[in-house]
Amino acid sequence: MLSLIVFLPLIGAILVLLAGGRGDRPERESAVRAIALVFSLLTFAATLYLWARFSPASADFQFVERHAWLPQFGISYHLGVDGISLFLLVLTGFLTPLALLSSWQSVHRNVPLFSFFLLALETAMLGVFVSLDLFLFYVFWDAMLIPMYFLIGIWGYERRIYAAVKFILYTMAGSVLMLIAIIGLAYVRSASAGQPSFDLLDLYGLRLSWQMEQWFFLAFTVAFAIKVPLFPFHTWLPDAHVEAPTAGSVILAGVLLKMGTYGLLRFSFPLFPHAAAWFAPVLAILAVIGIIYGALVAMVQPDMKKLVAYSSVSHLGFVVLGLCALNINGVQGAVYQMLNHGVSTGGLFILVGMLSDRRHTRLISEFGGLKGVMPRLVAAFLVVTLSSIALPGLNGFIGEFLILLGAWRWHPRFAAFAAIGVILSAVYMLWMFQRVHYGDVTNEKNRRLPDLSPREWALMVPTIAIAVLMGIFPGIFLKPMEASVVRTIDRITSAVPAAASKAPAPAETLAQRQAHHE
Amino acid sequence: MLLLIPLLPFLGFLINAFLGRRLPKSVSGGIACLAMIAAFVISVLAFLGMQPGGTQQTVFNWIPSGDLQIPFALRVDPLAGVMILIVTGIGSLIHIYSTAYMHDETDGEFARYFSYLNLFAAFMLVLVLGSTFPVMFVGWEGVGLCSYLLIGFWFRKKSAADAGKKAFVVNRIGDFGFILGMLLIFATYGSLDFQVVASRVAGLAPEQTAGVITGATLLLFLGATGKSAQIPLYVWLPDAMEGPTPVSALIHAATMVTAGVYLIGRNAVLFSHAPITLAVVAGIGTATALMAGTIGLVQNDIKRVLAYSTVSQLGYMFLAMGVSAYAAGIFHLYTHAFFKALLFLGSGAVIHALAGEQDLRNMGGLRRALPITYWTFLIGAIAIAGVPPLAGFFSKDEILYRTFASQHVLLWIIGLVTSLLTATYMFRLVFLAFHGERRHEAPPAHPEEEEPAAHAGAGDRAGAQAAAHGPATHHGTSDPGPRTPSRGHAHAHLHDAPPAMALALIVLAIGSVIAGFIGVPHALGGSNRIEAFLEPSFQAHATAPANPEFQTTPFVHPAAEPAAGHDETAAGDTGTELTLMALSVGIAFAGIGIAAYFWLRNRAAAASMARSLSGPYKLLLNKYYVDEIYDALIVHPIVRLSTLGLWKGADAALIDGAVNGVGETVRGASSVLRRLQTGSVRAYAASLFFGVVMILGWYLWR
Repeated sequence: MLSLIVFLPLIGAILVLLAGGRGDRPERESAVRAIALVFSLLTFAATLYLWARFSPASADFQFVERHAWLPQFGISYHLGVDGISLFLLVLTGFLTPLALLSSWQSVHRNVPLFSFFLLALETAMLGVFVSLDLFLFYVFWDAMLIPMYFLIGIWGYERRIYAAVKFILYTMAGSVLMLIAIIGLAYVRSASAGQPSFDLLDLYGLRLSWQMEQWFFLAFTVAFAIKVPLFPFHTWLPDAHVEAPTAGSVILAGVLLKMGTYGLLRFSFPLFPHAAAWFAPVLAILAVIGIIYGALVAMVQPDMKKLVAYSSVSHLGFVVLGLCALNINGVQGAVYQMLNHGVSTGGLFILVGMLSDRRHTRLISEFGGLKGVMPRLVAAFLVVTLSSIALPGLNGFIGEFLILLGAWRWHPRFAAFAAIGVILSAVYMLWMFQRVHYGDVTNEKNRRLPDLSPREWALMVPTIAIAVLMGIFPGIFLKPMEASVVRTIDRITSAVPAAASKAPAPAETLAQRQAHHE
Repeated sequence: MLLLIPLLPFLGFLINAFLGRRLPKSVSGGIACLAMIAAFVISVLAFLGMQPGGTQQTVFNWIPSGDLQIPFALRVDPLAGVMILIVTGIGSLIHIYSTAYMHDETDGEFARYFSYLNLFAAFMLVLVLGSTFPVMFVGWEGVGLCSYLLIGFWFRKKSAADAGKKAFVVNRIGDFGFILGMLLIFATYGSLDFQVVASRVAGLAPEQTAGVITGATLLLFLGATGKSAQIPLYVWLPDAMEGPTPVSALIHAATMVTAGVYLIGRNAVLFSHAPITLAVVAGIGTATALMAGTIGLVQNDIKRVLAYSTVSQLGYMFLAMGVSAYAAGIFHLYTHAFFKALLFLGSGAVIHALAGEQDLRNMGGLRRALPITYWTFLIGAIAIAGVPPLAGFFSKDEILYRTFASQHVLLWIIGLVTSLLTATYMFRLVFLAFHGERRHEAPPAHPEEEEPAAHAGAGDRAGAQAAAHGPATHHGTSDPGPRTPSRGHAHAHLHDAPPAMALALIVLAIGSVIAGFIGVPHALGGSNRIEAFLEPSFQAHATAPANPEFQTTPFVHPAAEPAAGHDETAAGDTGTELTLMALSVGIAFAGIGIAAYFWLRNRAAAASMARSLSGPYKLLLNKYYVDEIYDALIVHPIVRLSTLGLWKGADAALIDGAVNGVGETVRGASSVLRRLQTGSVRAYAASLFFGVVMILGWYLWR
């Protein structure tokens, strides 16, 4: 089942290449697009089927597939899904068709290859979320970079090469650290258990010396922090977003960034619980800085895409903060916020893409008064904006509220500072909204812009519907993830009793750790 | 059944939002009005059928996360009951009024207006009926959103769009407090249900709760200052007058802005446990009342005078809350809803008749031309001034008396001064607008032109165009100018309020006269029924409902009685109460007299006074320069910091600089290795894989 879901897009990708033939063949464009869309929709349907078959009460990994791959290294092809990864799969399934559809207007160069990369990317992303073997995980993790690199580098805007290289260098720097740590872990495991294993479930129980744990934790966490991106590792993001084509931005913001936070929750924290407890306040401080910093910098951006990119820094800061709280509210809120951010920010990038398709510019100052010209598009923009600024009744609020609550129960100070982000998000989003949509039409080029096309309706309706659904009935999502979240938190806090909900001062934990290990 | 109350306006919103463009005005307006009237009827039924302890309906489990379980539950108790009647009752009238006022808009815009208005009502009802903090917060932010949308309804006008954004952002600052208050309460008391929290707090001795409750109530109060336009967050409300006038009446006078007062009333038990917070509430309320009253004295825009008056009256309500006279505060909220809605709608009728003119200096002598508007407006003015036996007298006097009785003599004196100011600025407005000579010209009344409603709508929004070709009548107020008046028609006939508007005005005028009689104090032989009726809402429930399903346990009075000991004082000193009452009546008449002297008898005196006191006059005219101070101290520094410090400094120069620096170094070192760069992805992938294998091999077979 899982293998089918993971590789379905890849099959589509290959078919697309075959159908497209060599070189640019504009006459085959529509066929290629249809194939790609059908496969992405099939994948989405498959993820929904998975959700339907998922038993929510269980915290165990479900739909597990396990085959020996390189047994001499303890590497296996091990897939499984729990309540946390389930929804990230659904999110990936949901966003990929939207991403494909969002670029129908703007991408005409080498459509088969474009579709191929997007679908291949989907396979890699799905693979990351279901891998229960660190080696397999790493393969998918790095496989993700390549299509993204080309999506930015080939179909991007003016400074695409710079952005693509910056993106790949940043992420590779992190990946290399992680790779070393993965191999190191397997090695330690072989030293203690007699044989190496890359299997996550084997490694969860591994006991490490405090020093080793610290280093391993840092290696993993830096890799993930770059991906999140956590302040101060975020500067690749605005460039990558601004230069990426709409589809790239949607996937980048919607799914790729979640790899970082997912990695923290799945790997960094439970593999190295003591280090996680010790470093959690540090991460939380960076997260809170990111929340405020991202919001302030977003506020003054002249380019809409850059604004949304910096807002991602702020939103993902909330996610990391929730994870660091290591209590059920915080972590559930964080996972929920990952999904929210995919929907809201994905939606915002799609909308900015629509404006950019029409005017070939993303500068806020080029627009103004669009509400009078395209009322429907602006109404959709408004709803997505409100979901992004966490208006209660829409999805964003549930995530932010749970995160703030979790953070408050851990350290009220973090919640208090993070809540400033709630004010600032309204400032930067509404300011942008006003400058773009309100006022009189000052630029003649804006006077005759067409309102939503049927294709664009097809993009906005599901986005808005899911935002409303997630805001009103969050239980649909929160309940199935609860058992897995509790299990994950247990894994971390049972190793470190003091971290349960009140975090001890770092110095204390350190002393405890040392006492524990010596 | 409770769910229907917010649901009906919400359905109205959905219909008008999705289909409104295709519906004629009569249908879209009719749907909106019907939805509100139906909600009103159900509210009345719910109110009459209310069980003694309140009626609750749990719709579904909204947020489940571990020990946090927030049901989407609605509850009506006496306090909420009064509120839903105000919201749906006055809301219905304002919907009806709007059908005439907004008649000039295109079908689509008309439907958009009513969809926002219905959405507002739905959120306001959720705010009032919510039985937990988060559900209330849904309404709380929702009404803020609708306020944003309606203030910026004429979005082409920059000032309107700016005002909407300002309102939302300032409210968000308050919401920051609200959210943190919720978190603190949940983290401490393990629940967010109003009744459960209240009963848990009531069971604790003051010393056990002092710190947390003070913190939580102060945070909630920050939320209240945002929504209810109190110092330091009042700045958005005067600007909010950019919205259509019925919106100002409904949202920015009668309902939404009172949400902060309601929040305190809803959590009276908590506030009673926090004397420090109460002192802050009373102090802020009084200061706001005085400050806004002084500003209101010199403003020239009819709606802005009313806006500052609203801020000032809200200050009174907070004063009442701050001296633990919760019932008196809610009583004033209720009477204020009538007369302030009336005054706003009356000003709307004036603006409507004058084709968008809002500057008092260009009005005058409208008494005869607009009789319905004049007389109803006058009733409203008398009511707010505190002349017995109209509604405002009873409620305001109750607040002043409670303040005095609770030993807050200084606050009481300031309250009296404010009351003098209120009477003065209101009658200044009446005399300037309706009495004296006509200083305006009638809008062109050519038979072939549309209804006068047309001008109101058009003039209200199309400021720029009108100002461009309008002659001297436009005096550069914040508001857009009227359409070009044709001088030949100087004293042409003005149209008084059309039927839909007149209906609302008359009903509200009647309300402004009689609404106060449910709160006639004991000293005047009344029984102050509203106080006795509301009292249970301000006390803790005896038993926390274990099961938040239908919950009808009766309230228990004495044990959890909040601090105020007004029962003895109320019964005690009738003589003092009557003396104070006489004093405040005297003050009301004095205020009217001052206004009559300066703006009816001897206008030159007012002008010369303004000249001789030009310093204070300018200070007031410019609203104490608070907006400018906020801009200089907060807005500009943050924008500068973000642009130069964070974006161009930290992000571009520091972090990226460091990264690029590393890149440069690497590039230098690797120029030697450049030959390995074949440019073939396959080769890279192969070498990556090869490297992995090598490292693995090294570790495993060392």
